[in-house]
Amino acid sequence: MIGYYSLIFGICLSFFIYFFSIKNLNDTQKLDTKIIKLVFLQFLLVAISFFGLIFSFIKSDFSNETVFNHSHTTKPLFYKIAGTWGNHEGSLLLWLLVLTLFLFLFLIKSKDQPKKYKILTLLFQQIIIFGFFIFLLKTSNPFNYIFPVPQEGLGLNPILQDPLLAIHPPILYLGYVGTSIIFSSALAAICSNYISQIWASHIKKWILVAWIFLTLGILLGSIWAYYELGWGGFWFWDPVENVSLMPWLALTTLLHCILVLEKRLILTSWVVILSITTFALSMCGTFLVRSGILNSVHTFANDPERGLFILIFLFILIFLSFFVFLFFYKDETKNTKNFIGLSKETSILINNWFMMYFLSVVLVGTTYPIFLEVISSEKISVGPPFYNKLIIPFLFPFLIAMAIGPKLKWIKSNIEDKFYLFLFFIISLILSTIIIKDLKINFLLNTVLVASAIFLFFISIKEFFNKKLINFSQNFAHFSFSLLILSILFNNIFSYELITNLKVNETFETEKFKISFESIDQKNKQNFKSIIGKFTIEEFGRDIELMQPELRIYNQPNIITSEADIKVNLFYDKFMTMNYVQNEDYFNIRYQFKPFMIWIWLSTIMLSLSGLLSFIQRKYEK
Amino acid sequence: MYGRKVKLRFFYIILILATLTLSVFLILKSLEENVVFFKSPSDIQVISELNKNKIRIGGMVKKDSISIIDKKLNFIITDFKNEINVVYSGVVPNLFTEGKGVVAEGYLKDKNFFSATKILAKHDENYMPPEVKAALEEK
Repeated sequence: MIGYYSLIFGICLSFFIYFFSIKNLNDTQKLDTKIIKLVFLQFLLVAISFFGLIFSFIKSDFSNETVFNHSHTTKPLFYKIAGTWGNHEGSLLLWLLVLTLFLFLFLIKSKDQPKKYKILTLLFQQIIIFGFFIFLLKTSNPFNYIFPVPQEGLGLNPILQDPLLAIHPPILYLGYVGTSIIFSSALAAICSNYISQIWASHIKKWILVAWIFLTLGILLGSIWAYYELGWGGFWFWDPVENVSLMPWLALTTLLHCILVLEKRLILTSWVVILSITTFALSMCGTFLVRSGILNSVHTFANDPERGLFILIFLFILIFLSFFVFLFFYKDETKNTKNFIGLSKETSILINNWFMMYFLSVVLVGTTYPIFLEVISSEKISVGPPFYNKLIIPFLFPFLIAMAIGPKLKWIKSNIEDKFYLFLFFIISLILSTIIIKDLKINFLLNTVLVASAIFLFFISIKEFFNKKLINFSQNFAHFSFSLLILSILFNNIFSYELITNLKVNETFETEKFKISFESIDQKNKQNFKSIIGKFTIEEFGRDIELMQPELRIYNQPNIITSEADIKVNLFYDKFMTMNYVQNEDYFNIRYQFKPFMIWIWLSTIMLSLSGLLSFIQRKYEK
Repeated sequence: MYGRKVKLRFFYIILILATLTLSVFLILKSLEENVVFFKSPSDIQVISELNKNKIRIGGMVKKDSISIIDKKLNFIITDFKNEINVVYSGVVPNLFTEGKGVVAEGYLKDKNFFSATKILAKHDENYMPPEVKAALEEK
């Protein structure tokens, strides 16, 4: 109950903040400390309400509707807490909490920025906060009361009861919501005519923060999908995954082109448009996931009212931003600085082109089925072949540009050490030909792809040695990216899998290996019953491996999940799941051999680490 | 005749337009080739000709229809009006049970026989694919 009232107070505070900020806008030279206090109070109120909800979850207070719908007394404590944001209402409250937190941090972290700009950012951000307050209170109040109080809750979907998925939403939200501050700040900068090199270097920090968290958030979701959904892959081009990839692509583009703005004060309108787009895509993601249009584990409730609300809110924000952009935006930079020719900015522009292309491919693939269904009521789905076909061929020039781009200088430049570049390229080509040669796959495409990835890999390694520390984080990022692409490619090329149905004591044999189903074991755990199968896998030429995939039968809600058994080492993963086939003694077995799987995770972690490095570097330079 | 700046700008515009058309063309073309249509068993009965495209069929798994013959999984998808036999040899999702919703992706052999390459996973026992729901409501 405290939670609900503190939310009401929180929304009221919004009005106070508006009032004082607008007064303060024309009044004095200095930012009123009162405003910062009010913003902090708002954050505190939302935090109280959030912790109130966590508390209700911990003590299983089933008079609260959200708790009743998503918790259960037998659930382990950790998942009771994580259950707070494992549902629609709670996750929105978390979203709001992060919004207010970011605003507060923004205000205290940007003391030396002009007052007008800060207040305008505050105002724009407050509009978003206000919208989410209304959304929360009107359509998805987490504090609805049930009477009579039920004895037992409905439980959390077991597939969400996982340590990774417990921290996935908060991290991802930090990324999503981080884009809101970029959006507000870009609009404020237009209004107060503050788009400058100083602004660029100031907002770059916030872009980096959002980018780091978004990268980590996507990674966590992907690892979870890998071992929990039992499909054995890390990316499925599922609409919900795409929805998180789109802001990431936009944000990455922004991260690159803010550099150009910082150094040369060109591309200003492009930066602003990108800031708006990034946030619009994050909102779009929220809309698509929450409205029930898309189907996935994230679709908590199919309430059309909620979807409609976000859609209207999204449109208001987009219109607002276009209005601001058209009326306040003055292009004062002289366009005489053209940048045709070889230079760093051209290469960044090339990066932008490719990123925008990838973004539009993902966007079309994700939204086309929705539109088609509305228009012609034809139901379709767009699968991985679509994305593979459109994205993979363009990775080749993208990777090459990525290797050469950072070596160029601003304004005008020549490619130095052409000889080395050429030599490296030849070496990469030869290497990849040797790797691909004996495999029965598309030779040309794979060779070229692997070659360009290896090329980027070599070039960035070489850079580590002969450059000063100046571009270390950038180079590290490109290095990690090349590692990521390489491990994805090798993973695709060298993976193999075996799917069959087996009874206990049966054996299945192919030319490559032999799988024996040894025995089966049953155990009772706190809130589920576990069935563990024992298999031995004898790969000819390798050791015998014992695999123990598990089936879990949860009591509340009554769901069966399968837990993959994964044997991880630095070079390959062995992955096995088993499923129960109804009416039969058979179990459905899937065994996969996946090389370099762990490098996909590691290189993504390195990628976000490079963002962090760039932070430290900035501190160090000052 | 024109200044260098005008020419440059003209060049840019051409470049932008060309890239845009190219990417739009590519995207649309590959959309055409790679979309998968969704049908219910009743829809299958009324189609006039069988083509070789991949499709999805959704409905309920008929009671007592799951069996394993020759290591392959056989079952029947029904929308309570028409039904279709499915044969499948891949991984089944956890929530694949009789009397629950299912979406199978694969190729039609004839109007009563479907060879599935994938059965789509679902995450919630109460969840029914909207396509299935709509197909069931239509009857």
